[in-house]
Amino acid sequence: MSEAVLDSGAEAPGKQALVEDWSRDKQVFGVPWGKAMMWIFLLSDTFIFSCFLVGYMMVRISTTDPWPNPSEVFALEAFGYPVPLLLIAIMTFVLITSSGTMALAVNMGYRKDRKKTFWLMVATAALGATFVGMQAFEWTKLIMEGVRPWGNPFGAAQFGSSFFMITGFHGMHVSAGVIYLLVVAFRVRNGFYEKRGGNYEIVEIAGLYWHFVDLVWVFIFAFFYLW
Amino acid sequence: MSYVAIADRDHEQEHHDPQTFITKYIWSQDHKVIAVQYGITAIFVGLIALSLSAMMRLQLGFPDEFTFINPENYYQFITMHGMIMVIYLLTALFLGGFGNYLIPLMCGSRDMVFPYLNMLSYWVYLLSVIILVVSFFVPGGSTGAGWTLYPPQAIMQGTPGIDLGIILMLVSLAVFIVAFTMGGLNYVTTVLQARCKGMTLMRMPLSVWGIFTATVLGLLAFPALLVSAIMMLLDKTLLTSFFMPAISSMGADPGYTGGSPILFQHLFWFFGHPEVYIVALPAFGIVSDLLSTHARKNIFGYRMMVWAIIAIGGLSFVVWAHHMYVSGMNPYFGFFFATTTLIIAVPTAVKVYNWVLTLWEGNIHLRVPMLFSIGFIFTFIHGGLTGLFLGNVTIDLPLSDTYFVVAHFHMVMGVSPILVVFGAIYHWWPKITGKMYNETLGKWHFWMTFLGTYAIYLPMHYLGFAGVPRRYFAMGNTEFLPESAQDLNAVITMSALFVALTQILFFVNMIWSLWKGPKSDPNPWDATTLEWQTPDHPPKHGNWGHDLPVVHRWAYDYSVPGYDDDFIPQNVPAGKAPAGRGHGGEH
Repeated sequence: MSEAVLDSGAEAPGKQALVEDWSRDKQVFGVPWGKAMMWIFLLSDTFIFSCFLVGYMMVRISTTDPWPNPSEVFALEAFGYPVPLLLIAIMTFVLITSSGTMALAVNMGYRKDRKKTFWLMVATAALGATFVGMQAFEWTKLIMEGVRPWGNPFGAAQFGSSFFMITGFHGMHVSAGVIYLLVVAFRVRNGFYEKRGGNYEIVEIAGLYWHFVDLVWVFIFAFFYLW
Repeated sequence: MSYVAIADRDHEQEHHDPQTFITKYIWSQDHKVIAVQYGITAIFVGLIALSLSAMMRLQLGFPDEFTFINPENYYQFITMHGMIMVIYLLTALFLGGFGNYLIPLMCGSRDMVFPYLNMLSYWVYLLSVIILVVSFFVPGGSTGAGWTLYPPQAIMQGTPGIDLGIILMLVSLAVFIVAFTMGGLNYVTTVLQARCKGMTLMRMPLSVWGIFTATVLGLLAFPALLVSAIMMLLDKTLLTSFFMPAISSMGADPGYTGGSPILFQHLFWFFGHPEVYIVALPAFGIVSDLLSTHARKNIFGYRMMVWAIIAIGGLSFVVWAHHMYVSGMNPYFGFFFATTTLIIAVPTAVKVYNWVLTLWEGNIHLRVPMLFSIGFIFTFIHGGLTGLFLGNVTIDLPLSDTYFVVAHFHMVMGVSPILVVFGAIYHWWPKITGKMYNETLGKWHFWMTFLGTYAIYLPMHYLGFAGVPRRYFAMGNTEFLPESAQDLNAVITMSALFVALTQILFFVNMIWSLWKGPKSDPNPWDATTLEWQTPDHPPKHGNWGHDLPVVHRWAYDYSVPGYDDDFIPQNVPAGKAPAGRGHGGEH
């Protein structure tokens, strides 16, 4: 056997490239350890959110009480008219915008532009914090209207249970992400990664997490608010 | 873009050897120390679970003789015995223990990719164990819901431990899952990304393949358990109704409406069935290496073995509802799950045939690890065949909830993995400690355990056919049962106590070995895999001294014709020795 073939990791098209990646020694993917680990973690986390959403769908199908109409429950009063899903639309816009600033931060990270990376990450974190703030507002509004985990005035009790559980779990992910982004951002600014060989892969790894949280929100939005 | 493998940057990396006792043995980031910590903790809780089973057997064998066992205790014992054995002992021992020890050594790595996370994994696991043990002592005691924790009864009046017991159980599971995730991410990333030069995936020993695949299963299956634990915690503490239907309890209305208990069963078994293979696949892998090493023969059909492990892992995610044939689900659903369940028999049978064919005409050394491995083949075939019975809906319906089921799963995922655990401990003990144990005592331990477990579980199949229900505290006036069933139960109890006491031999042997055992050879079994080729014995922090090993062949070059020794270690260059029959890793 020729050892050279094993090590080359040469670019080859399509299926052949896949086979070569997986039959290489040392490593399957040409990425840093942390990035590989983040991808695997996100795969695992996908299963957590899938279980939450499937569980929610099943209780929604099996409950005998009528399900509240999300267009009415999540409506906000604007200019004297109830606008369905107004707040959620803004929240979704904010979160998706934050994914944009994150992508720019990753780009600036690879260009080793520490200042721009820092500010773009702070902007991302600020948008994330805004999202969590609006979520807190939404929770408060619903709680004032009498929605509780164990029941609500609009219909099936599982509405409140699923709502608080799923958006709460997602909100925790966003909050953790805000902290994570800020830690990385300040380390970028104070030169922490310069001492470690000037490697800014961590910005992209944090970005993967952030985009994932964003993607999960799209599914929650579709299955909870639009259904 | 060409990316320089991090393993190639080895010389850039700093290796701070731990200095003090505390950093060396307690807050250690060395995968070998973490492995031993995991192992000791897991065996410690395992002993708790073992004594619980002894108490259950005392009640079943000699009803009304032991007044300190009342029905509430009995259900608590059942629950904690099952939960501890499956999750806190076997999962933690195979993945946290053997996974941690073997993956970096067998793959030729310095350590896990993220040692600090690995250390956290152990301490969070210890926290989950402490929460679990605390639940024995809270008011109302630990939960008595059965290890499956089925709602509604798990959180309803009348089940022992519905106050704090069930809450602590669920919290402990959630904490365990956090710990497992931190460790599991490390194991998977290490196998995928941090192997040494020449170590392709298809040259990895089957132990690593088994542990790796099981870890992937764990990372995808434990989320379902986490979600069901969170939902049940909310049902218990905040009176949500995810799993709780409108129900009246002791004449009162606890306030639940319209939840779905079947949802819990689906979530639980979506975790629960892969969990069986999380325990079984590492055992499959390890036993393959043990058989090959001690039969001085390459494993038969290495590639088939790898693909069988992957196939079993994949199939294990589409069979979960075979645990639910009696839950009232749609019969067509049952038909689907019976089909997928029986398909699993194909890759599993491939593995069994290959183990037997590995022994065929081998130069078999009946040393202690080999005895346990051969014992495993027996118990596994036995438990696997009863699985074919239970996988069919029509046969499962009458046998479900009888002792036949108890016998089946104890044979296939209790005794079988435990025999491999013992075999593996005897096999790698010299590497871990640098000492040898007493061979004769080890053989006594094997024969008494092996024959003893058969004396326990073989009669249980008969009890099951006779219709003895499982999980009952006492039989009462069950006229359809012959009186001899009780005699059989007494015999089973005596065998169980015998087997439990036999384990003392194991601990005596190991403590003696640590204290006075003779120094072992660095490679006492003449094995080919990398962990036996370390420059230090036992391996030190960093595993490989100055230079990482380079692998030139697969892990099974035993008895290669035309070579003096009957084994060629994986790091012997191709020019210096002929390649074996399997031409391992050739593409």
